[in-house]
Amino acid sequence: MLGRAANGVYWMARYLERAENTARLIDVGFHLALTGSSKDSQHDEWRSVLTTAGLIEDYEALYSDFSGPQVFNYILRDPENPGSVLKMLEYARTNARVVRTSITNSVWEATNEGWMTLKDMLARPVRETNLGEVLTAIRRTGTLVRGALEGTMLRNEVYNFARIGTFIERADNTARILDVKYYVLLPSNAWVGSNLDNQQWDTLLRSVAGNRAFSWLNAGSMDPREIARFLILDGQFPRSLVFCAENIRSNLAGLAKEYGGETSAHALLRDKLSRLHQIEVEEIFDQGLHEFLQDFITRTNEVGAVIAADYRFTE
Amino acid sequence: MSTTNAPKFDEMLNEDGTVRSAYADFRNWYDAQDKSWLKRQDGEAERFFRRIGITFNVYGESDAEERLIPFDMIPRIITAKEWRKLTKGIEQRVRAINAFLQDLYHRQEIIRSGRLPINALRNNEAFLSQMIGFTPPGGVYTHIVGIDLVRTGPDEFMVLEDNARTPSGVSYMLENRETMMAMFPDLFTQIPVRPVSDYPRRLARSLRACAPAAYNAAGGKRPVVAVLTPGIYNSAYFEHAFLADQMGAELVEGSDLRVMDGRVVMRTTTGYKAIDVIYRRVDDDYLDPLTFNADSVLGVAGIMDVYRSGGVTIANAPGTGIADDKAIYSYMPEIVEFYTGEKPILNNVPTWRCSEEDSLAYVLDNLKDLVVKEVHGSGGYGMLIGPTSSKKELAAFEQKLRARPENYIAQPTLSLSTVPIFTREGLAPRHVDLRPFVLVSPDGIDITPGGLTRVALKKGSLVVNSSQGGGTKDSWVLED
Repeated sequence: MLGRAANGVYWMARYLERAENTARLIDVGFHLALTGSSKDSQHDEWRSVLTTAGLIEDYEALYSDFSGPQVFNYILRDPENPGSVLKMLEYARTNARVVRTSITNSVWEATNEGWMTLKDMLARPVRETNLGEVLTAIRRTGTLVRGALEGTMLRNEVYNFARIGTFIERADNTARILDVKYYVLLPSNAWVGSNLDNQQWDTLLRSVAGNRAFSWLNAGSMDPREIARFLILDGQFPRSLVFCAENIRSNLAGLAKEYGGETSAHALLRDKLSRLHQIEVEEIFDQGLHEFLQDFITRTNEVGAVIAADYRFTE
Repeated sequence: MSTTNAPKFDEMLNEDGTVRSAYADFRNWYDAQDKSWLKRQDGEAERFFRRIGITFNVYGESDAEERLIPFDMIPRIITAKEWRKLTKGIEQRVRAINAFLQDLYHRQEIIRSGRLPINALRNNEAFLSQMIGFTPPGGVYTHIVGIDLVRTGPDEFMVLEDNARTPSGVSYMLENRETMMAMFPDLFTQIPVRPVSDYPRRLARSLRACAPAAYNAAGGKRPVVAVLTPGIYNSAYFEHAFLADQMGAELVEGSDLRVMDGRVVMRTTTGYKAIDVIYRRVDDDYLDPLTFNADSVLGVAGIMDVYRSGGVTIANAPGTGIADDKAIYSYMPEIVEFYTGEKPILNNVPTWRCSEEDSLAYVLDNLKDLVVKEVHGSGGYGMLIGPTSSKKELAAFEQKLRARPENYIAQPTLSLSTVPIFTREGLAPRHVDLRPFVLVSPDGIDITPGGLTRVALKKGSLVVNSSQGGGTKDSWVLED
C-alpha cells in the first residue's frame, strides 16, 4: 500500500480515538461540576479538563472565564480552537477520504455519517441541556467506526495501521489523564477512605471508562495502588497502558508477517515498551509515578515516529 | 438549424400527448405507483448519496465546499435502434479524433491539404510541442473520451463537445444506476435495460492493453495501473477514488510519485514500486513541473522524459486537448471526412468562428439569439446565453467580443430535447444532454450503453452543467 495511505488510516484512527477520549473528559468534567459544591471547585474541574486535553494555554490566551458552557464549547466547537472535537472529526473524515480506496464502504460511511451528524449538532453553541446528546453522538461515532473496521476490513496492512493509530493514541491519552491526576493516587496524599478521595478516584476511572470494570473486579472497594495497577498493568482492561502496548506489538507483528520482515520499529518497541509486562506497580511508585508516565508518553511518541518513518508515511 | 422558436422535442411525449414507444413500459409502471411513496423515495435518494459521499466541490465556494449533484429519479430512455446509430457515429468520430492527433503530432497532412488552417494550431496552448514526433504506446491518444450529445428531434442527435482530455462524470453514470436499482428493483425486472456496471472492468482492461515498452520488456504478471488525482479538494475526487477502487488500481497523488531508473515509481510502505499505466486526472499543464507549469505540485518531475522513452503510459496522452478545443471543434466535420473518408454520421452544432470577420459581424448582429462560448472555457463558465441575458450583459459581452474575437465561438440557441423530471406536482419536462463514455485501446473502441444524462432542473433553463445547478439522471439503453 502507499505510504500516504498508511499515514491516512493511521491518523483517521488516531483522530477518532482522540475525539472519543475528549468527549469522555468533558463528560467527567460535567459530572463533577454537577456534583461540585462551590463555583470555585467547579471552575477548578473545568480547568483540569483543559489541562488534560492539552488546551489550557491556548484557552487562557483567549478567555479568563472557566464556566462550564464556555469551556466545553471551546473544546467541542470553538473556531478559535484548532484542536476542537469538531476539527478532530473533520481531520478523521478528511483522512478517510484520502484513503477512500483502502477502507471499506462501511468504514467510510460510519466516519462520514459521524462527521455529518456532529457538524450539524455543533453548528450552534451547545447548551448544558443537550451536552449529553452531543457527547453520546461523538462516542457513538468512534464505536461505529471501530465496529465497521472489525466487521468488514481484511486483516491486512491497512487494518494493522489503523489499529496501531488507535492504540498509540489511546496509550497517550490514558497516560496523560493519569499524569494530570497522578497525585490523587500518591500514598502521601491519600486520606484513605475520605469522601474526597473516593470521588477523585472515581473521576479518574470514569475518565478512561474504567469505573464499572474496576468496581466489578474489586467488589466495590477503592484503593489507589489497585487503581494505578488497573490503569497501567491490567492486561484485560482495553484502555490500560499494557493493553495498548500489547496491541501495538501484535499489529506491528502483523505487518512484519505480511511484509516478510521487521523494521527498526519492532526493535524499538521491544526495547521501549516491553518492560510493562515485567514491572510491578510497587516499582512504578518507587520510580515515581509522574516520572514513569512522562517516560511512557515519550516512548510511545518515539515508537509512533519510527513507525511513520519506517513505513514511509511521508517523503 | 433550430432556434428557440423551433418546436420543442420531448423524448417521452408525442406532440399529441401520447407516449412514445421508448417510454411506454416505464410510463405504465410510473402510473401504477403511489405518488406519495415516490416522494418519499425521492428524499431517500439524496440521503443515500450524501452518506456514501458522492459530492463534488465547487471552485470558489468556500462555504458549500462539498455539494451534491441533484439526482432525478425519472430515467432517460434510449431505444436500441437509436443507440445503434449513435454508437456508429461516436465510433467514427473517436476514430477520427485519434487519427487527427496522430497526424497533428507527425506529418500534419490535414494542414498541408488545406483542410485545416495553420492558424488553428498557432498559439494554441492545447497543442504540445513536446508531443511532436512521438507515438504513445499502442498508438492510442484518447483512452477515455466523453462525447457530449444534444438532441433536437426524433432523429437528430448532434455533438456539442468532444471531451478528449479527462472527461468526468462516469461515476455518476454508475452510481445513478445503482441507486435506481436499489430504489426500484421491480423496474429492472419488468424492463430490459442494458447494464453499465462493468465499465470499471472494461476501463481497467483497456488501460492494461496500452502498457508501455518497459512493461513489455520486463514481462510482469499484469501491468500496474494507477489513477493520478490532484487530491481530495478536486471537484471530481470522489470519482477518482471510486474508479481506482472499482478497478483495483492504486489512487496516487503527485507526492506519492517520483522518477527512478527510467520509471515512474510510487512510494509504498515497503519501498518504491514501478507503475506501468497512469490514468491521470490532472491537466497537461500540471503533469510535469520540469516540462510544463514549474509551480505544479500535482504532477511528477521528469515524467515526460520517462513517457517519451517508453517507461510509462499516460492516459489520456498529453496534448489531446487540441482535439476538443472549441476552435478546432468547428472543423470536426472536415476532420471526420478527412480521416475516415466518410460523411460524418453525427452532425456538429453549427458554429461561427468569431476570428473570421464575416462570422464576427453576424454574431454581433445576432448576439441576443446566440450562445457565445470562450474557446478555452469549460464547465459553463464565461459563456453568454443571448436569449436569457439582459441588455446590459449583452453590451458588456459585445465589448469582450470586439476586444478578442479569436477567443470566442458562437452557436445558435438550440432547442434541446426535454425529458420529464419528478417534481412535487408530478412530471415536468426539462432540457437534457447526454455524455456517453468511450474507451479506446489497440483492441478497439468500446462504448458503454448509456452514459451520463445531465438535466437543467430550472424550468426553461438550457444550462445542464452541475456547476450551474444542473442535475443528473440514470440513462437507459433498452435491449433489443
